Amino acid sequence: MPRIYTPKVVTANALIEGDVIYLTANDSWTRDLSSAEILTDEAHAQLRLLEADSRQDEAVGAYLADVKPGKTGPEPTHFREDFRRTGPSNYFHGKQAQR
Amino acid sequence: MYQYSDFDAAFVASRNSQFRQQVERRIDGSLTEDEFRPLRLMNGLYLQLHAYMLRVAIPYGTLSSTQLRQLAYVAQKWDRGYGHFTTRQNMQFNWPKLSDVPDILDALAKVQLHAIQTSGNTIRNVTADHFAGAAADEIADPRPVAELIRQWSTDHPEFQFLPRKFKIAITGSPNDRAVTKAHDIGLRMVEQNGEPGFEVIVGGGLGRTPMIGKVVRDFLPRADLLPYLEAIVSVWNLLGRRDNKFKSRIKITVHEHGIDDIRARVEERFETLKPAFNGVDQDILAGIEAQFAPPEFRVGPTDLYDAAYANDPVFRSWADTNLAAHRAEGYAIVQVSLKKQGETPGDASTEQMRLLADLAERYGHDELRISHEQNVILPHVHKSDLPAIHAELKAQRLATANIGLISDIIACPGMDYCTLATARSIPIAQEIATRFDELKLEHDIGALKIKISGCINACGHHHVGHIGILGLDRAGVENYQITLGGDHTETAALGDRTGRGFAADEVIPAIERLIHAYLDLRDDRAETFLDAYRRLGADPFKAALYPEKQESRANAA
Repeated sequence: MPRIYTPKVVTANALIEGDVIYLTANDSWTRDLSSAEILTDEAHAQLRLLEADSRQDEAVGAYLADVKPGKTGPEPTHFREDFRRTGPSNYFHGKQAQR
Repeated sequence: MYQYSDFDAAFVASRNSQFRQQVERRIDGSLTEDEFRPLRLMNGLYLQLHAYMLRVAIPYGTLSSTQLRQLAYVAQKWDRGYGHFTTRQNMQFNWPKLSDVPDILDALAKVQLHAIQTSGNTIRNVTADHFAGAAADEIADPRPVAELIRQWSTDHPEFQFLPRKFKIAITGSPNDRAVTKAHDIGLRMVEQNGEPGFEVIVGGGLGRTPMIGKVVRDFLPRADLLPYLEAIVSVWNLLGRRDNKFKSRIKITVHEHGIDDIRARVEERFETLKPAFNGVDQDILAGIEAQFAPPEFRVGPTDLYDAAYANDPVFRSWADTNLAAHRAEGYAIVQVSLKKQGETPGDASTEQMRLLADLAERYGHDELRISHEQNVILPHVHKSDLPAIHAELKAQRLATANIGLISDIIACPGMDYCTLATARSIPIAQEIATRFDELKLEHDIGALKIKISGCINACGHHHVGHIGILGLDRAGVENYQITLGGDHTETAALGDRTGRGFAADEVIPAIERLIHAYLDLRDDRAETFLDAYRRLGADPFKAALYPEKQESRANAA
């Protein structure tokens, strides 16, 4: 049996604001992980990453982050990605304050 | 304090204008991130977890009130109303926008501040004893020499592409408050037969391979400092490992070659370089020294202080804990804690920064210092002004009497901000401080340094904490390793690892067990945690940390 591919999203930091962004299915960037495109096919994921990487004037440091499908869209599997989609824990700053 | 020469001002202005153009070219797409990254790092700009981060150098930890007010202005106008003081006496802004950074740098340049060489593989901001120029135990003020080193190292053509970053610390006092033994080069001012000079320590550092620095020259005459520093850095520049980032720091070079080999190479190089320094550096140093002339200390009665000390227990507690001995009669060094229990270590709001600037201007000869322990110092305060200062500090939540105690914790930003972090540091610091405040044990426990890093790079100095805490990622869960017995002073030592790490919710109970064990084990109140650890060794403390092991041993027997 082939190895099961852990679903991914393409994520990066926005060039100007530096905050966390995710690639959506319609090629826009979203600041909300639940609106990101879930990539379940490895080849497709690599292609999407290349496309994201080419958008140098919008995004910095694009990479594929592991996710799991949830009720309202992709959910992080690692605490680092959970902090990235939320903001710091010592102040109500960052994404949590923008919702 | 040092005032920029026309040359300094023009240099900073030209760097800022170059960087403005580089930012513009990055935003319009002419520069890729790979091209831009080294340029932004040369100007202190990082991209962190949630935003950019700008690291501003506070040279040798010294600020004027005007400079601190400008930092407050930057925090308010372009950031989120606060700044973070670091363990290398810098200030970090956690939320600037890329497009605003050129304006921020111009605003900083107006008050003679910059972010040059606060990042990248260069000689970084030179740090110094935060009591410099004020301490009762000081031989000489180390800051003129630190400024000379800044001028020598800034944009030094040979040292812009070093194998890795390079950090220098200097102290003018035998009591080392500048962690000189954990720096690439540590300088201790000493005297030999009445002649001033330096003990030169090389190859210290924390990080993944912690090392206590070794003495490469036990007495270096003062005038030989720059050629000798240049010799050390140039020997390492050629010898340092560029093939492996983890082996590139000078501590590894010294470790691999041995201190005797390094010393021989440095001395040889020094002989070549020395004639090139024809005394101009000493003329420049004399000019710098004149600018660091001590303020005119006032002579006056301390009745107000004595009365407050006798009658106000809150003031007395603060005075006993937060003041240090000043060299001038009737004066004190005030340590303002940025560690109110439950707050983020090292953070200051714009209001707090403005108050501190006002207090420095009114009562403190216009000087402030930032300590590597992430507190603010008013170095020159007449004791009669202390009651008034204390009252104003209270109003801005800055009068916490906890300097050197369990809640005066060093913590790196950790995974709340830093991309390198493997776990969070700040919440652990907040919880420890809050817990021991609730227990009302802090003053009973006495002198204790807890230092927390959120990754192996050890920005939180955990290796030299009496209790060190290192946050790691263990199979996708935050996990905290504890070390004991570290020491950052002139008797520097690296802490010993105790055993398995603790989950985030186990750390505070573990520290509590450790502290109760210490309270039970100590001879008397005069024996500090570190003294007790040195007397008794690790075993009784490990037993407190890992009671389950004791149980299983008992069951087996």
